[in-house]
Amino acid sequence: MSKKKTTVTSFFVVVVVLLLLTIMVRYRVIDEYTSQVLTIAGINVIVALGLNLISGFTGQLALGHAGFMAVGAYTTAALMMKFNVPTFLAMIGGALMAALFGFLIGLPTLRLRGDYLAIVTLGFGEIIRVIMINLPELTGGPAGLKGIPPFTTNFQWRPVVSFAIVAVTMTLVIVFLSNLLKSSHGKAIISIREDEIAANAMGINVFYYKIFAFTISAFIGGLGGALYAPFFGYLSPNMFNFQKSVEFLIIVVLGGMGNLTGTVLAGIGLTYLQEILRFLKDYRLVIYPVILILVMIFQPSGVMGLFGNREFSLTALVNKLIGAPSSRPKSEEKAGEV
Amino acid sequence: MTVLKAENISIQFGGLMAVSNLNLEIDEGELVGLIGPNGAGKTTIFNMLTGVYKPTAGRILIKDHRGQMQDIERLHPYQITALGMARTFQNIRLFKNLSVLDNVRIANHLNVEYNTLEAVLRLPKYEQEEKRITEQSLELLRIFNIEQKKDELAKNLPYGEQRKLEIVRALATKPHILLLDEPAAGMNPQETLELMDLIKYIRDRFKLTILLIEHDMKLVMGICQRIYVLDYGRLIARGAPEEIAHNPLVIKAYLGKEMENDA
Repeated sequence: MSKKKTTVTSFFVVVVVLLLLTIMVRYRVIDEYTSQVLTIAGINVIVALGLNLISGFTGQLALGHAGFMAVGAYTTAALMMKFNVPTFLAMIGGALMAALFGFLIGLPTLRLRGDYLAIVTLGFGEIIRVIMINLPELTGGPAGLKGIPPFTTNFQWRPVVSFAIVAVTMTLVIVFLSNLLKSSHGKAIISIREDEIAANAMGINVFYYKIFAFTISAFIGGLGGALYAPFFGYLSPNMFNFQKSVEFLIIVVLGGMGNLTGTVLAGIGLTYLQEILRFLKDYRLVIYPVILILVMIFQPSGVMGLFGNREFSLTALVNKLIGAPSSRPKSEEKAGEV
Repeated sequence: MTVLKAENISIQFGGLMAVSNLNLEIDEGELVGLIGPNGAGKTTIFNMLTGVYKPTAGRILIKDHRGQMQDIERLHPYQITALGMARTFQNIRLFKNLSVLDNVRIANHLNVEYNTLEAVLRLPKYEQEEKRITEQSLELLRIFNIEQKKDELAKNLPYGEQRKLEIVRALATKPHILLLDEPAAGMNPQETLELMDLIKYIRDRFKLTILLIEHDMKLVMGICQRIYVLDYGRLIARGAPEEIAHNPLVIKAYLGKEMENDA
């Protein structure tokens, strides 16, 4: 089977799966509670994927992704409520604003080696939260921002549309990252994590690629926030505290630093866990750090480290099912894990 | 014709003059050795030539791909690599957790002609370029006889092969000047002999100018046309291998005292 045919088949598989899931949500095969949790999980996965790009693949620890999410969420809400921008455009605007913040933060900090980015992003996350509290005319202040227009006004369709939009966005982010990371530009990013000095000596503009990865990472974080705003219809600065940033980091570490498949699995798994453990009240906040400690001690390479840190590849699966011999080496398989 | 020139370069780390007033001039196609006892400043010179360190005095000129001599003072290491000078590292710096093939493919970065958008959308140009890069990388691995290990992680290769992979990776940047920092370190005599042949072979095949640091005297004397000898950051001798072998200053630097015969 030709490469093109595999790609087309994989594309259709993705579309059919997304459609089926959406239909299942519509006709309550997946109940509303589950679909709600899945939607939240999808948003968490998106932000965590963004974080994985800078922390897992580029090797630069960032601790303020809730901040980028907040920038994305509040910008989207402001664009929709104050300027009547259509939802879709407002979301793009939110993500772009987060990317701009990422770029501006990265410019001075990414020149330095070591953990400066971690410290600065940590500060950034807190600063954003405090600014949001102290700008009541724009953000509603500590009481929060209410009445953000939802994806659709039709009450029946609301969970379905939310679910579908998040699922499609997540798929696009995965395909984007997967394709990027397999290209020479993505390999340049990974080589920085492996050895910065060697990467530089191999003709890679290390600073440029760090900025590039961090800006994309912030964009994706902002995109997660942009989905958050119309989905919940309510934003409060405390939704985006340091705790939230750490949650994303735990998703990335549990799934495996530098593994997209792992982030998706861990993101869905941990979001579920958090819902299941609601009866523990505030004690459930202890669970995340405990998980982090256990992972660092017993399985530092994360869940996917158990599988040789491989990525799930849809095209490889398609090839296998249709029985075509895949002559290409693993590293070259097409993107499209869902 | 000169392709690499260092004029009176010095570098100072705090109170330590690591290299002082060094002059170096290497002609096209030459194979030159840089030797000296431990701590003489050899790797420091490499780091200055490749832009990792900036000399505190003096200047360095490198011939670019168009044949013009460029002052590298304001250039970053990646820009110097783009001028056509590649290096290997004494303390192996491979991308350890990536496959052998990926190590070489990354080094093709300067020659990649698709942009990020074309990569993400998988446009035909991306596919063509990736195919070309993979083929060229495999070709290089074949020359060094490590092609069959292309899918292994770089960190899992035996030491000698890691050193070879470092050279392959440097070659993938398409240099015309190659700096080798102790390429035979840790190799057994048989591997060293093979390496000598390989170095000569790649010099002819890729029309390279090579500057190498080495402790293995057999290798240095065997293949270098000219040798620079350093001691305590100063040049103490230069010339053809036979002259160097008989130079009393060199013998003193290496053995600590004057010898009556030529050791």
